[in-house]
Amino acid sequence: MTDAPPAGNSPTTNDQYVRFVNVKKSYDQRNLVVKDFNLDIKKGEFVTLLGPSGSGKTTCLMMLAGFEDVTSGSILINGEPVTNIAPYHRNIGMVFQHYALFPHMTIAENLAYPLKVRKISASEIKRRVNESLALVELGSFAKRYPGQLSGGQKQRVALARSLIFEPSIVLMDEPLGALDKNLREQMQFEIKRLHEDLGFTAIYVTHDQTEALTMSDRVAVFNDGIVEQCAAPEILYEKPANSFVANFIGENNRIPGTVTRIENGIAQVQLADGTIATTGNTNCPPEGSPCTLTIRPENLFIASTISSNDALDNRSLENSIEASFTTRLYVGDSIRYFFKLSSGSELMVKTLNDHRAPVLQRGAMTRLTWSTAGGLALDRSE
Amino acid sequence: MPQFDLTTNSNKVQSVLTVEEMAQSRKIQRRRKLIAFAFVTPLLVFVMIAFIAPIGTMLYRSVYNPTVAQLIPDTLEALSDWDESSDARPDDAVLNRFAVELRQLAIDRDSGKLAEEINRGLPGSSSVIKATGRKMKKMDPALLSSEGASLLIATKPQWQTVEIWRVMKKSGAIFTDSSYLTALDLDRNSDDEIVPRDTQVYIQLYLKSLKIALTITLLTALIGFPLSYYLATASPKTANTLMVFVLLPFWTSLLVRTTSWIALLQTNGVVNSVLQYLHVISEPIEMLYTEFATVIAMTHILLPFMILPLYSVMKGIDPSYLRAAMSLGAKPIPAFIRIYMPMTVPGLSAGALLVFIISIGYYITPALVGGTDGQMISNIIAFHMQSSNNWELAAALGSLLLALILLLYWIYDRLVGVSNIKLG
Repeated sequence: MTDAPPAGNSPTTNDQYVRFVNVKKSYDQRNLVVKDFNLDIKKGEFVTLLGPSGSGKTTCLMMLAGFEDVTSGSILINGEPVTNIAPYHRNIGMVFQHYALFPHMTIAENLAYPLKVRKISASEIKRRVNESLALVELGSFAKRYPGQLSGGQKQRVALARSLIFEPSIVLMDEPLGALDKNLREQMQFEIKRLHEDLGFTAIYVTHDQTEALTMSDRVAVFNDGIVEQCAAPEILYEKPANSFVANFIGENNRIPGTVTRIENGIAQVQLADGTIATTGNTNCPPEGSPCTLTIRPENLFIASTISSNDALDNRSLENSIEASFTTRLYVGDSIRYFFKLSSGSELMVKTLNDHRAPVLQRGAMTRLTWSTAGGLALDRSE
Repeated sequence: MPQFDLTTNSNKVQSVLTVEEMAQSRKIQRRRKLIAFAFVTPLLVFVMIAFIAPIGTMLYRSVYNPTVAQLIPDTLEALSDWDESSDARPDDAVLNRFAVELRQLAIDRDSGKLAEEINRGLPGSSSVIKATGRKMKKMDPALLSSEGASLLIATKPQWQTVEIWRVMKKSGAIFTDSSYLTALDLDRNSDDEIVPRDTQVYIQLYLKSLKIALTITLLTALIGFPLSYYLATASPKTANTLMVFVLLPFWTSLLVRTTSWIALLQTNGVVNSVLQYLHVISEPIEMLYTEFATVIAMTHILLPFMILPLYSVMKGIDPSYLRAAMSLGAKPIPAFIRIYMPMTVPGLSAGALLVFIISIGYYITPALVGGTDGQMISNIIAFHMQSSNNWELAAALGSLLLALILLLYWIYDRLVGVSNIKLG
C-alpha cells in the first residue's frame, strides 16, 4: 500500500471527493475478496482500477455503485457515508461492459429513461436527449433500437445515457472489453474527450494496461484484493513499487539477484552468475536481501557478438552481461530478440526495426548492455 | 466476361463460373439436398401416416355420412322426386318401397342403425322405426310392395307426418353440414333456414373450455413467473436441485399424478381432513368432480410447460440490465416492471401458448377428476366417439376445435408475433 488515507476526520475537500476507507468485502463470510482498500479520489479526476480478473476491482466499483454491500469499512462521497443509501439514490452514472441498453426501447427512450424516472417535463427531456445524442454524434439514431447499432455506437449510447442525468461520478466497468482493437482506441479518445468537456469524476475498471495508462490521471493496480500501487501512469511505468507492478505494467526482464550495497542512491546487485550490476535505488529492498533486477526490453541493448567481436551498438553503458541468442519475433515496427543467460533466465530486447537491427545466428554469444537508470532492483516475492 | 481459356495468365481474375464448374457445383448442391432429404424421410413418412392422414380423415368424416344412404338406397332414390317443402307426405309408392327396405333391414338386424341415425334428426323416431321394423319383418314382401304405405301408417301414425320423411331425406345426403350445425348448436327448420337450437350445448362447452384453458394459463403464469425468476437468479447448485422438483412431474405417469389429486381432493381426502382437523370447516367441501378440481390438477400438470421456457429466457437476461436501471435512478419495482418484464415476454408467450393449446384439448384429467361440471370439449368428443357412436359429430367438434386453435394462434401472432417466441 502506497496510498495511505489521511488520518482523522479531516475536512472534506475536492481532493477527497470519493473516499474508500479500510473497505473490506467477503462474499462467503470467510475469505476476503477485497482486503483493506483505501483510496481518495479528487473531484474531476480520472482514476482507473487495473488488475487481473478476480483481483477485486469490479467488486470495489459495485460497492461504490451500491450493488454490493460493504463487509467492513466505509465509502464516502463528498464527505457523506453512502453505505446505507440505495443505489438509485446515489446519483452515480454507470457504464457496463455489455452496454446494458434496454433492447425493447429505442435509443431516444433509453436516453430518456433516467430523466423520466426523475419526473422531468417532456419538453425538457426531448431537449436533453437531442443534446446528448449530438454530444456522442448519433443524432440520426434516435428512433433506432439497440439491436440495430454496432458495438461502438451502442457503447456511445451507453455512455450518453450514463451522463444524461448529470451525475457527478461516472463508473465504467470494462466498457470497451467487447470492442475490437481499432474501435477501442477510438472510444478511449471519445471517453477522454467527454471527460475533459464535462468534468465528471470517472472511475474506470479495466484489465487492459494500455487502456489504463493512456486514459487515466491515476491508476490503482489491484492484485488479489489489495492495491499494489496507486500512482500516475508514468510513475507506475518508471518507478514501480514492486515486481508485481513492474511485471503487470508493460513488459519486463527479470533476473534474480541479491542486493549487496546501497550507496549514494545507487544499488549494487549481484546476479546469479556473479555479475555485478548497478541500478537506481527506488523501492530497493535493504542490503543483503534477495531482489529481482528488472530491465525494460527497450532499455536493454545488444552491444556486440562475442565470437566475432563485431560492435553492433556504439552505446557502451554501465552494465553488461553475456547471453546466447535463441530466437527473434518480427513485430513490424520493432523486432524482439530473445536471449538466454547462463543462469537460465530469459531476456528480451526490443529494437526499432531500422538499419541498426542486427542479424544474429542462433546460439550466438552476445553482450547485452544497459544503463544504471535503465534497471531497478525490486522485491523478490515469488 | 466469362473467360474459358484458363491457361492464359492474365491478371484479370474471372468472376463467373465456367460451364463445367457450374455443372459441378450444381451436382454437389443436388447431392447435398438429396442427403438432407434422406435424413428427414423417415420422419416425413411417420408424420404423413400418424398425423396428416388421421386429421384428413377427421375433416372428411365430419362432412361425409353415408350410413343412411347405404341402408335405404331405394327409398332415397324415390324420395328425390318428392318436394320436402310441401305439406304433403310422399306418395304411397315411396312408402311401399320403404316398407320393403325396412323389412329387409329388420331381417338383417340393421333397423337399429337406421333408427339411431333418424333419431338424431328427429328425437323419438327411434322407437317408431324399430317397432315398425318388427312388424314389417313378419309381412310378405309382395304384399308390402303394393300395400306397404297403409301398413306403415297402420302400425305407427307418425309415418303419416311430413317431418319424419324430411329427416329421412336429409339424412340420406352423403355429404352434409348437419354435423357442423349441430356442433355449433344450429339446426335447419322446415323452410331450410339455419336457426339456433332450443338446447345450447356445444357453444357453451367451447366457451367453458376456453375459460378453463385461460384460467390455467393465467394460474401457471402467476405461479411460474416468480419461481422461474428465483431459479434464474439462484446459485447453480440450488437452481439445479429445484429444477429436479420442477421436472419431477414429467417423470411420473400422468395417471398417477391425476389420481393423486383424487386422493387429495375427495370428500374424505387429505385436504378436507386437514381443514376439518384445524376446524377451518365443519363439513367436508365438495372439491372432487368439479371445475375446480379440473383447473387445479391441470395447473399442476402443465406448470413445467410454463416454467421451462420462462426460465431459459430469464437465464439469458443479463443482471446488469436491472443494475443499469437502478443506477439510472429507477426504484427496484418500477425497474423490474419497466425493464425486466418486457424482456421476459418471449418466454412468457411461449409458455402461455404451450399451456393454453395443450389445456384446451386436454382429455384425461377432466375425465378423471372433472365430474360433469369440469368436462371440457375433448370429453364430449370422446363421448361421441365411444358412447353415442356419432363419429360425424365428433369429427365436426374436433375440426372446430382445430379451427379455434388456429384462429387463436393467428390472433396471437398478430398481437405478440410468433417470431417473439423462445422455447429454450
